[in-house]
Amino acid sequence: MPRIDKRAGDILVWALLLTAPFWMPAVGSYIELGSHVVVYALAAMALNFLLGYTGVLSFGHAAYFGLGAYGTAMTIKYLYPSTPLGMLVGVVVGTVAAAIIGPLIVRLRGVYFAMCTIAFGQVFYYIAFQWRSATGGDDGVSAWTRVPLDLGFTKIDILNNPQAFYYFVVAVFAVCAAAMAFLLRSPFGRTLLAIRENERRARFLGIPVDRHIWMSWVISCFFVSVAGTLFALMNNFIDPRAIRWDQSGNFVIMAVLGGMRSFWGPLIGSAIFLVLQDYISSHTENWMSFIGLFFVLIVLFFPRGVLGIIRRKATP
Amino acid sequence: MSLLRVEKISKHFGSLVAVNDVSMTVEPGELRAVIGPNGAGKTTFFNLISGFLTPTFGSITFDGEDVTHLLPARRVWRGIARTFQITEVFPELTVRENLRIAVEVASGYRLRVWQSQDADGEVKARVVDLLEMSGLTEKADRLVGEPAHGDQRATEIMMALALKPRLLLLDEPTAGMGDQETYDITQLIRKLHRGQKLTIVLIEHDMRVVFHLADRIMVLDQGKFLAEGTPQEIAANEAVQAAYLGKAAA
Repeated sequence: MPRIDKRAGDILVWALLLTAPFWMPAVGSYIELGSHVVVYALAAMALNFLLGYTGVLSFGHAAYFGLGAYGTAMTIKYLYPSTPLGMLVGVVVGTVAAAIIGPLIVRLRGVYFAMCTIAFGQVFYYIAFQWRSATGGDDGVSAWTRVPLDLGFTKIDILNNPQAFYYFVVAVFAVCAAAMAFLLRSPFGRTLLAIRENERRARFLGIPVDRHIWMSWVISCFFVSVAGTLFALMNNFIDPRAIRWDQSGNFVIMAVLGGMRSFWGPLIGSAIFLVLQDYISSHTENWMSFIGLFFVLIVLFFPRGVLGIIRRKATP
Repeated sequence: MSLLRVEKISKHFGSLVAVNDVSMTVEPGELRAVIGPNGAGKTTFFNLISGFLTPTFGSITFDGEDVTHLLPARRVWRGIARTFQITEVFPELTVRENLRIAVEVASGYRLRVWQSQDADGEVKARVVDLLEMSGLTEKADRLVGEPAHGDQRATEIMMALALKPRLLLLDEPTAGMGDQETYDITQLIRKLHRGQKLTIVLIEHDMRVVFHLADRIMVLDQGKFLAEGTPQEIAANEAVQAAYLGKAAA
C-alpha cells in the first residue's frame, strides 16, 4: 500500500512539473516563478540529502550554491559564452571546494558542524564581496546572459523563451533528482540512513562514519552547486546577497517546512516558501515575518513538515 | 592459539582508575562471562576491547594481531562485533532494514551505488535466515522502535551476528527484561554458542543466565581482577562471595 502511494506521489509531482507552463498562468501566476521554485527545490533537496538522509545539518550550503553561480557567471562573462561550459565550471568549482573543506569539518557533530559550515560559508561570501576586480563586489556579476543551447541539429532558445528555460531547468532537476533517488536506494544510501538513525550502531557495524559523512557532504554540495548554476542562469546575474548565510537558512527552512524525511518534501517547501513570498511581498515589505510565523507553526505542530501531515493521515 | 588476549590493561579517567591492570585470555569457541558488582569496570573493560575507548596502559591482541589502538570500524572488519547495554539499533527503520544494512556492510557493499539482482537476492536471503534464527520473522516489517524491548535486543544481537564475527561481545543482553524475554534471549545466545561455535564474551547481572551459559567466568571488583574459573569454582570462591554474591544476598 505505501509503495502504491509513493508511486502515485511521484507521478503527481512529475505531472505538475511538466504541465506547469500551462496551468500556472491560469491560476494567476507566471512561469518564471515556476523556474524559481524548481531551482530552489533542487538546492533544498540537495541540502536534504545531507540533512534528512544523513542526519547532518549544514548552514553553509549557500557557499557552494554561490560557487556554482559565480563559476557559471564568470565563465560565461570572461572565458567563453557557453551555457553548458559555464555550468560545468561552476559545478566543478563548487564540488572541489566542498571536497577540500569536508575533511576539516566532518569530525564535528550537531551544532558545531553547523557553526563551522556557516563560518566557511561566510568566507566565500566575503571573498565575493571584497574581490571587486573579479566578482564585482557588492554590484555582483552583471552584463552577461545565458546562451541559447546549441544541440548541433537544433537550437533551443533558453534566453528569450521563458518556457524553454523552464523546461531546461526541469530537465536538469529531473536528472539530479533521479540521481539522488538512485543513490539513496543503494547500499551506500542505506549506510547514510544508518548514520542518521544511530551513529554509534553504524560505527560498530564497521561503517567508517566520518568518511561516509564526507561523501554525503560532497554529493550534497555537488547538487547544490548545480542549483547555483541554474540560479545564475535564471537571473543572468549573481551578487553576494544570494550566497550569504541567510540563503543557507532559506534552504534549511524549505527542507524542514516541506518535510525532511520525505524525498519531495523540500520541493513542497520551496513551492510554499516562494509562492508565499511572491504573494505576500506584493502586499507588505514584512513578508518574511509571515513566512517565519508559518514556519514556526509547522515546526511546532507538524515536526515532520507538510508532507509529514499528509503521510500521517494516510497511515492510521 | 587463543582468540583474544588482553594483557594488563588499565583505563584512567583523570584520577579515577576504572580498569586496573586486568588480563584475560579467551579461547576459540568459549563463552566467557564477566561479572562484578556495579562500578566494577565491566563496561569500560568491554569498551576497551571493542575500541570505543583506548586503554591508558596494556595491550589487546586479537587472533595474533595487536588491535590496541585500532578504530572501532577496523576492529569490526577483523571480526569483533558488539551489542550495548542500552540497545543501539536504527529505530525508524524496520527490523528487516536494520538487518539488511548489517548484512550489506558485512558483505563489503557499503560503497556500492548499484547492486546486481544476484547480490540483492543473496542479501535478502541472508536477512531471512537471520530473522528465522531469532524468531523475528513476524515482526520483520515493523519499525524497530515498536516491537518489545526483547525483540529490539534480539534485533541488535542479530545485527552483530550478521557481521559474521569471530568474537561477539554482549553487554548485559538481558538488562531490563522480564522473565520470558530473558529466557528467550538466553536460548538465542545458547543457540549461537552451541550451534555456531561462536566465541562470546558477555557481561551479565542475572546470575541464572551467567551460570546457565558460561564456560568460564571472570570476576572484576573495583576495576581489578578478582577471580576466574568455571561456574562451580566461582560459586565456591570465598573472595567472590564476599565481594559480590555476599553483597547481592544482603
